[in-house]
This record gives sequence, C-alpha cells and structure tokens, in this order.
Amino acid sequence: MSMKWYAHKLAMMFGAKPRRPDKAEETDAARDMKKFQKTPEQSAIRREIIAKEHEYPLVSNKWKYIRWTSIILINLMFVVSFSWDVQLVEGAMTASRFLGFHMADPTSALMVTLAYKDLMLNLIIGTVTVAILWWFFGGRAFCSWACPYHLLAEWAESIHVFLANRGWVKDHPFHRGLRVVLWVVFMVLTFLIGLTVYEYVNPIGIVSRALIYGPTVALVWVIFLLGFEIFFTRRAWCRYICPMGLTYGLIGTAAPVQIKYDLSKCVHEGECRAVCLVPHVLEITKMGYAQDTTEYIAPDCTRCGLCIDACPQGALSYTFRGLDKVI
Amino acid sequence: MTDETAPAKKPKKKRLTRLQLERRRMIMRSLGAGAAVVTASLVGWYPVLNRMFDRLRPPGALVEDKFLAACIKCGQCVQVCPVQAIKLGDSDEGYGLGVPYIDARSQACDFSCDAVQCVLACPTGALSHDIAAKEEVTMGIARLARPDRCLAMKGEGFKGVVQGPDFEGMLRYEEIDRWEPIKVADHPYDLELCDLCVRECPIEGAISLVAMSEGDGEHRFVPTITDKCVGCGTCEMMCPTEPAAIVIDTEMSLGETS
Repeated sequence: MSMKWYAHKLAMMFGAKPRRPDKAEETDAARDMKKFQKTPEQSAIRREIIAKEHEYPLVSNKWKYIRWTSIILINLMFVVSFSWDVQLVEGAMTASRFLGFHMADPTSALMVTLAYKDLMLNLIIGTVTVAILWWFFGGRAFCSWACPYHLLAEWAESIHVFLANRGWVKDHPFHRGLRVVLWVVFMVLTFLIGLTVYEYVNPIGIVSRALIYGPTVALVWVIFLLGFEIFFTRRAWCRYICPMGLTYGLIGTAAPVQIKYDLSKCVHEGECRAVCLVPHVLEITKMGYAQDTTEYIAPDCTRCGLCIDACPQGALSYTFRGLDKVI
Repeated sequence: MTDETAPAKKPKKKRLTRLQLERRRMIMRSLGAGAAVVTASLVGWYPVLNRMFDRLRPPGALVEDKFLAACIKCGQCVQVCPVQAIKLGDSDEGYGLGVPYIDARSQACDFSCDAVQCVLACPTGALSHDIAAKEEVTMGIARLARPDRCLAMKGEGFKGVVQGPDFEGMLRYEEIDRWEPIKVADHPYDLELCDLCVRECPIEGAISLVAMSEGDGEHRFVPTITDKCVGCGTCEMMCPTEPAAIVIDTEMSLGETS
C-alpha cells in the first residue's frame, strides 16, 4: 500500500471524504482487474450473480452473534465480579483491574490526567496495557467487541433502519470531522476547567456503571441518545461524537487484526456499505475505487464483521496483517 | 464559473446549489449537535460550582476539586469496601457523577478493612496512596450538632437497637468477630449511660465523654471530640437519636463555616 493512500485512509478517520485512488496510487494489478471486470462478458456474469442473489438472499449473522456474545460476556465479567465477589474484573469500563492487573480506558485516563495535571503511574500502566491489547485486535475493535453502549446503539440502529425502510424516519447525517473537533474541545475544556467534563455525558461510563452498581438517573441521557439515534441520526454517537472511539481508532492505525477486501471476488453490490457503522471505509468496494487487488480496510473500521456477514461473495474476511502473505 | 446567461446551464446550476444547500445544512446540523453535546457536558459544572452537594468522601480523598478531577469514576473503591459504605454519585451531582461518597448515617466507614482498602484499590490516586493507616485519614471531623438530643448530655441510657430493627447498616464488633462485620440491628444494647459514639469509635482517643461541671453534673456527660478524629462517621451512624445528635463536618462544610 502506498504511503499516500494510507495517509488518505487516516485522513478519512479525521473526516476527509472518501475518494478514488489516482493513477499513481492504483497498482497495475488493480488496474488490470478493474479493466477485466468491465469487459461485457464479466459484466454479464456479474449481473447474473446479483440477480441470483436477489432470488435466494443469503443472510448470515455469524459474526454478529459471536460479537454480541463477546460484548455481553465482557460486561458480564464486570457485573459478576462485583455482585458475586469473584474479583475477575473489578471496576468499570473507564478503569479496572483484570486479575489484579491495571486496565484504564485511554481516553478517560488522558482526561483525568489533563484535569488533575499530574501523571499517575497506575494509570499509565493501565493505559499502555489497554492500548497494546486493542492495538492487537484493531483499535476500534473495542467499540464493536466490548463497548456496552455499542450493543444498545446497534439495537437502536435496527429500529432506525426498520422505520427508515418504511419511510417513517430519515437519517440526518453529521460531518464526520465533528468527532475530531469534539475530541479536541473536550480535551481543552478538561484541561482549562480542571474537571472531567466529558465523563458527565459519556454513555459508555454511564451504562457500564449502571450495569455493575445499579441503575442511575444518568441513564435518562443514554435513553435520550438512543431515541435520537432511532428518530434522527443513525448511530449518531458512535459515528460522529464519541472521543473514545477516535482514540481507539488512533491506537489501531497499524493493527495486526484487519478486515481484508478481495477485489477479484467483489461484484460491487454495496451490501457491505449498507450495514457498516463507518461506511466511508468501504468506499473501496465501489467499482473503480480499489487501490489494490487485496486491501486492508481503513483504521476507522471497528472490525465488527457485519460486512463479512453481508457479503455473499466472500470478498471480505478477517485476517492478520501480513500473515496472509506469509502463508 | 457557470455562464449565467445560458439558459441550458440553469438546471445543472440549480442542482449544484441544492447539493451545496444540503451540505450547508449538514454542516450547520453538525455544529448544532456539537454545541449541544458540549453544552450538555457543561451542565454538570453547575452543581459543582455552586457546591450544591456536601459529600463525605472516602478515606484518603484529595481536596474536593482535585478529587473530582483525579477520580476516573470506575467504582473500584465501592467494590472492595467490606461494609459497602461507598456509594457513587448520580447526575444531579454534576461532575460528581460516578464519584464515590459515604452517607455516614446509613453506613459509615468503620475501618472493618483495617488497611484502607479503598485507597489501595484507587487506580488514580484520587484516594491518596500516602495514607497507609486509618489514623492518618482526614475525611472530616465529628461535631455534636444537636446537643439537646444527646442522651449522654441528658444523663440517659440506651436500651434497644440503634436506628431500629430495619436498619441495614453494618459494624465490626471486635469482641464478636474480628473479621466479619455484622448488622447493627442484630446487636441490641442495654446501657445505663449512652456512650455509643465513644464505645464504637474505631479511632483511639478521638472522642470521650467528659463530665459536665454545671448542675447535677455527675450523671451528665458531653461527647468531646479531639483532633485525632478522622471523620469516618461511625459515631453518626451509631447515634441512637433521630436525627443523630453527632454529625460529620466535611472539608466543604468546614470551609463554609470558617
């Protein structure tokens, strides 16, 4: 992958618009493949495949259910650790001890450090541990594999999609750069005010604590957010607002666990983009948008696997960066 | 630039304008959403600025503003407390949301854990790790707020269970079980002179009953608090009058009175 194309994928995480690779970025193999796919015979074959797919729609929920199990199990570990006193993971999503080892959410830890204006060793240890863990699994993999709010938002999203398909609600998207602006604004406010401003509206902390220590009035805010996502903006928090998601995205810029796109298998239907939380990362699946014949999805990808389940052609798959070339 | 005189170009130009309008609307919407989220987050500043909540913080807590800043709102202190004295604040406390406090009257910190477990559990140092023993704690200080209600000052005894049979509070009675705190409701008293605040105080020399000199002084005593008091609130929890005659002044309430 060329540096420039990788830089573009990073820029997309900060809100840049997805674009086609230019002539210099596109590999020869990709150019040949695209040319081959555009031949009349190939176009006809593709149309036939798509027609057949629509006749016998193949729906898989494999990764979705594995992932939901992961979110539930991780959060259940927190819950039973306290309620049954098994001391597996003590604490909440913002900071915890896993079998005695410190874990700290990097964003929460950074905010506490900016507010308190002092470095705390336990927090540094916890943050580095969590950063390495989620760097391996792909940064924003935290979002789709561990975050308790993600699961609630995913259910809210399915209600939104159900209503939108009937024309009862409409998605009002925001600019993706908003998340970067808010990240900076919250960090600056935290530093200036000297209090953890963001934690007051952090649905991840609120949901996690409510699960572990019992429900609070703060859940009203979470319910409001979910309602907003159902009726106004699809996945508003995760897509355009959450500073924690951006931090995890940064952590996972060069992660081993990746989702790989195979241009030769793709029939460019766009099923993957329809289900994706961050569809800009899947623009490469549009006809003519791929840079190489096989490509890793951009760092903003949460590795949720919905696109893998959605693709009837198996053009998307989980992989370890570089390992596919070794084997 | 599009040629404005050419009518053929007009529909195309109009379509572009609509796209631009759509984009402008999207930008405005985004700014609105961003402003709304930041405003919502700043709402939490109000109760803190106005000091609307006077909370007794767990042992080792930094001064209030530093404490709110350094606390990562994880509740690990809640989990280790053997008597579950520590609770977490809700939204009405603003930035105190998820921050631990102790409601001494319903469950005081009785140091059942001996070595300030909450301090050891705190991952950030919001509960300062400088504290290693219960005697070093400075949560607040006890004060005889309602002397007219104090049984010792009336020279009266106490018979029965503190705060009634339905009271959920726990206390460690060293003479019963050195390691397991039991329900206060399961431990009835029969005292000729009520000295519960002194009797159950976990800190040696923090409080004592001093005989009153005036009147028929022999039978009447004043609970007197020394500077050894750490403000754990056990006396407030164990005071048999309703409301408690003795209460804990926090750093905040002391700051306001002086």
